[in-house]
Amino acid sequence: MVGERGWRKTGWVLLFLLPSLSGLAVFSLTPIVASLGLTLFDWDLLTPPRFIGLDNFSELFTSDDFWAALGHTLYFIIGYIPLVLVLALGLALILNQKLRGLMLYRAAFYLPVVSAWVAVALLWKWIFNPKFGLVNYLLGLLGIVGPGWLFDPNWAMPAIILTSVWKDIGFVMVMFLAGLQGIPADYYEAAAIDGADRWQSFWSITRPLLAPTTFFALIISLINSFQVFDQVWIMSGGGPAGATTVLVEQIVKNAFSYSRMGYASALSWVLFLLVFAATAVQMRLQQTWVSYE
Amino acid sequence: MSELRVSLTRGLAYALLTVAALFMVVPFVWMVSTSLKTDQFVLSMPPQFIPDPATLESYARLAELFPIGRMVFNSLLAAVVTTLGQIVTCAMAAYAFSRMKFRGSNALFLLYLATLMVPQQVTITPLFILVRYLGWINSYAGLIAPGIFSAFGTFLLRQFFLSLPRELEEAAFLDGASHWTVFTRVIVPLARPAFATLAVFAFMGSWNAFLWPLFVVRDPELMTLPVGLATLHGRYLTEWNLVMAGSVIAVVPMLIVYLFAQRYFVQGVVLSGIKG
Repeated sequence: MVGERGWRKTGWVLLFLLPSLSGLAVFSLTPIVASLGLTLFDWDLLTPPRFIGLDNFSELFTSDDFWAALGHTLYFIIGYIPLVLVLALGLALILNQKLRGLMLYRAAFYLPVVSAWVAVALLWKWIFNPKFGLVNYLLGLLGIVGPGWLFDPNWAMPAIILTSVWKDIGFVMVMFLAGLQGIPADYYEAAAIDGADRWQSFWSITRPLLAPTTFFALIISLINSFQVFDQVWIMSGGGPAGATTVLVEQIVKNAFSYSRMGYASALSWVLFLLVFAATAVQMRLQQTWVSYE
Repeated sequence: MSELRVSLTRGLAYALLTVAALFMVVPFVWMVSTSLKTDQFVLSMPPQFIPDPATLESYARLAELFPIGRMVFNSLLAAVVTTLGQIVTCAMAAYAFSRMKFRGSNALFLLYLATLMVPQQVTITPLFILVRYLGWINSYAGLIAPGIFSAFGTFLLRQFFLSLPRELEEAAFLDGASHWTVFTRVIVPLARPAFATLAVFAFMGSWNAFLWPLFVVRDPELMTLPVGLATLHGRYLTEWNLVMAGSVIAVVPMLIVYLFAQRYFVQGVVLSGIKG
């Protein structure tokens, strides 16, 4: 009897797991393992794959395109992360003051978050149009001759960073808002009774208690920004003159345009290891500035 | 005196928020405004904020030049099938992970979590080869099938299922109910809010997806809106009224979903915070 029950139990477990497990095995696990294997091959999908050992990696690390893409990805991250975190935190702090119309404001900040990146990128490409765009028109009203933005190697990345901050600020803000609402109000009341001013209560209550949220927002933003792609592909295509070429765009170009499956896989694993390393470093660093309770 | 200070800071807060909100909304207004302009006024300087004459000409031309209706249908089909598929497959797996004891369940669940760490770009090249091997390039199957299984969705629903009390199902089991009955009659009805949260994220993810559809469909008749828009932009580079009309069509359905399901979007962000 026990055996039969055990058998029937296994049957039920299998029934419930099978759809998800088989799907993920085919469309997620197998590709992950396969891509690691692919890094060792030269394969254009037309001729049979050729085993080349670690040649893809040695080519990669001596390729100017790779280092340029890595440099621009880091440029993006260094520009994007502080801006999006600071602005989102600022908005969340203001919104958290029991103001009226919170729903309405939050909705406004969230509009870009739910919009397709392609549409947002096209919109801002139009807004950054050097001759007929809104940005340079407004700068012109202030007597400033705006740059060529996406047509200027020095200004293309800043334009992409600003667009990305605009798109994601609502997302990060909602995370901060949730964190702020988790801080008990009596802490602030007690501090006010003790005569603490706004800055003091921010520094000694909000800052430490919000640290886990800040850490989480930082990690999520960091992971996402290593994978920056849609906006680059639409707004600049990696140009002008390669000024905005990024890692994922290199992966797509090699897999999609040059049919270099092995090389693209090697690039994607380097990206993965970079994301992993950055996350691990942050995890280590958090011990110095985040404490849970 | 202090009341004056309070109302001053309030006023300042509202002013800052309003400026920031305008900064978010005005570009969308500009998108719509551009889409309603005739060719001759698109590139006028100073720019016209309120189009005069306002016309739907761009939308009509877009429908003529481009299978835009078909693209809306493709996007909708992909989003609906992805959403339903994720809810069914994730809910079943989440039930197994939260309600059944079996050997290796922890290891298997860890494997699910591990796949979440791997960026999409790692799987995309082999996935493309696989789909090509299956003969699914330029097909709905290739476009949609890989998206209906989600480790993240399974994780999200499992967390929610774990929070449901066990007494209800214990009573049902005593009455001789099977796992399937408990799943469909007890757990699923209680998990509606979690399903709604997963649904908005699955729908949004599919509707806005770009990278995978870019790889897998080349035929305009099978393109989703984001890929269609990119193609449109490539072909009519400077016709911003046309491109903005296409963008409006890509953005508006998602905004409507958002306005009706706002709280689930917020909940999802908070729920996914459990990961940290």
